Amino acid sequence: MTKAAWRAAWVAAALLPAAFLAVFFAWPAANLVVQGFRDDGVWTPSGFAAVFSSARTWRAVGFTLASAGATTLLCVLLGLPGAHALYRCRFPGRDALRAAVTVPFVLPTVAVGVAFGALLREDGWLGWLGLDGTPVAIVAAMVFFNYSVVVRTVGAMWARLDPRLAQAGATLGAGPLRVFLTVTLPTLAPAVLSAAALVFLFSSSSYGIVMVLGHGRFHTVETEIWFLTTQLLDLRGAAALSVTQLVIVALALWATGRAQAGLTRALTLQPDVGATRRYDARRDLPALAATLATALLLLGLPIANLVWRSLHRGGALTLANYSELATATVQGASPWRALGTSLTTALAATAIAVPLGVLVALVASRRPRRPSARRALAAVEAAYLLPLGVSAVTVGFGYLITLNRPPLDLRSSLILIPIAQAVVALPLVVRSLLPTLRAVDPRQLEAAATLGSPPWSVLARIELPHLTRGLGLAVGFAFATSLGEFGATSFLARPDNPTLPVLVVRLFGRPGAESYGLALAATVVLAGLAGAAMALAERARPEEVTAW
Amino acid sequence: MVSGLELRDVTVRYGDTTALDGVSMAVAPGEVVALLGPSGSGKSTLLRAIAGLEPLVEGTILWDGADLAAVPTHKRGFGMVFQDGQLFPTMSVGRNVGYGLTHLPKAAQRARVTALLELVGLPGLEHRRPTELSGGQAQRVALARSLAPSPHALLLDEPLSALDPGLRRRLADDLALILRETHTTAVYVTHDPEEAERVADRVVTLSPPPAG
Repeated sequence: MTKAAWRAAWVAAALLPAAFLAVFFAWPAANLVVQGFRDDGVWTPSGFAAVFSSARTWRAVGFTLASAGATTLLCVLLGLPGAHALYRCRFPGRDALRAAVTVPFVLPTVAVGVAFGALLREDGWLGWLGLDGTPVAIVAAMVFFNYSVVVRTVGAMWARLDPRLAQAGATLGAGPLRVFLTVTLPTLAPAVLSAAALVFLFSSSSYGIVMVLGHGRFHTVETEIWFLTTQLLDLRGAAALSVTQLVIVALALWATGRAQAGLTRALTLQPDVGATRRYDARRDLPALAATLATALLLLGLPIANLVWRSLHRGGALTLANYSELATATVQGASPWRALGTSLTTALAATAIAVPLGVLVALVASRRPRRPSARRALAAVEAAYLLPLGVSAVTVGFGYLITLNRPPLDLRSSLILIPIAQAVVALPLVVRSLLPTLRAVDPRQLEAAATLGSPPWSVLARIELPHLTRGLGLAVGFAFATSLGEFGATSFLARPDNPTLPVLVVRLFGRPGAESYGLALAATVVLAGLAGAAMALAERARPEEVTAW
Repeated sequence: MVSGLELRDVTVRYGDTTALDGVSMAVAPGEVVALLGPSGSGKSTLLRAIAGLEPLVEGTILWDGADLAAVPTHKRGFGMVFQDGQLFPTMSVGRNVGYGLTHLPKAAQRARVTALLELVGLPGLEHRRPTELSGGQAQRVALARSLAPSPHALLLDEPLSALDPGLRRRLADDLALILRETHTTAVYVTHDPEEAERVADRVVTLSPPPAG
């Protein structure tokens, strides 16, 4: 292969995913922003004025910030002992507990909403708490979701902190609490902030949970966007809110980014401490107890209750809910068929996202000489992570108003749903693959070159094998998140051919014990599939990919 | 009259491996004892056991006649200088050195920090960050930090191994001087016999425990 052909190949590799994101993310998002400022072809900010003069909007913004803030705080408070117990100690069953704690993150938001709804209802196990339809339920569900983000992100760093740092504090007379507060916590601060930023991001764009648990009484910015679009047909107002959400997310990310940069010190990280430190009751019991309590009560109870109730109808233990999944119809759609649609779209989304993600990872992992090129690559990497920060509702909504003219009038096409899901899954795929490529010591590539390997051969024989180690995780991740994707899909799904999460929400909203039972059974199936896909993916997780 | 540090039949095991097997030694108050031995002989383990960072399977460690078995590390009053300093990266040099001085009033803390930085030959560096120090400077700050709370004894775990030879010799002489001036009881672990002779009053050799 000539040098020119090699260069051309790299350009193509960079352009293909860029074109995909430009057409299916940047363009709809930009169009959305523009729509917020236009009124019958005239540029005006009156859309913003109209939306922000409504008290309802301010309540929604306030509730979004408050619930995301509360969730972030709780996740950090609960996640720190979890990180200690699961990443710095070794005890039998630790790996299983670690995996179990991560399961909630990949469950579809709808499934989580239904599970908590079932738990906190009047006739639920925790119904006596009277929390059904309160903000507490919503926050609890969001903590359920995001707990593992803190545990993973902080734990991965904590496991590699040199334990002698804390020991030095002890030899200077500081008790364990003082060492933790003055030495350990400040050193962990960058990881904690990074996790907190992610949790804030995920919980401020948590659409499915609020839809299911809010009972129409609580509104976040995302549900308001949905409301304005589908109920009031106020596209301008919805666009204005989408822009607002973008701004909130961007500000939060920027603020934590600045704080993180200021706190990151030169740390010499050690190999994993958690692999060698045996459990010591005096030191580790409080953290382990807190983690077990969280795992059992917050994480295990809703899931157990969900499965238990799905096996009941009219007070009797029965499999009727499951057997009727194949026969029942909801507005002309059967759960069985919806499952088929979900699986097909998830597979298609994975087939789109993973190859594109591979290309992005390959391009972003290059190590150019010139600082300007390195900065450009860093910007590229950040750009591909943007879909994580933009809500799926915005994406779905953006498609509706953008892809409505030939040759890209795809609104009624089935391909749009996998595309939307692929856009949402792409950042996760990239984050699963990039660390494996980055972990390759550049001197290995140089050694290969001195042994006579041309560049494309070095790529194929040295780098690609590392990449394939991350593929299992990337595929599983993409599949599981596409399966459970609800935000964008709810806008794009056709009424007669919904995906399973959309159908579940419909069933959940219908009165009657039968519909409720069906919703529970469908949720268990959905959650089970997503969880199984992710469990398989986790087994393929390479050790360089520690957090997302 | 303080009777110093005493170890009787100290045994430490990691799982099936015996790191220390029945080690006994005594350090008189104000004495600097060098612990010499090949790698794997358990020198660092012994130091960590004295500091309370390793549990004993058998044996006792006494300070001034009192058994330290029930005393946790932060109450033993033994300072420790690690091979790579272990300065707290989120604090300035001054805050590092003053870390063990919280029982003193603020003015006294500041005075002590200044005095110690002068003692180790780094006056005026209170506001630097650990990341801005050279290897030799970092080890001096680590020494100042561990001496600041006037510990009963000082444990030094190969403090100069990470430095280049010229710096090592200079620092070894400075260290010997500082330890003598402050009448510090010290156990100094090293694999360099020449360094041991420079710094210590007495050299003790540790042989590896029998295999199996």
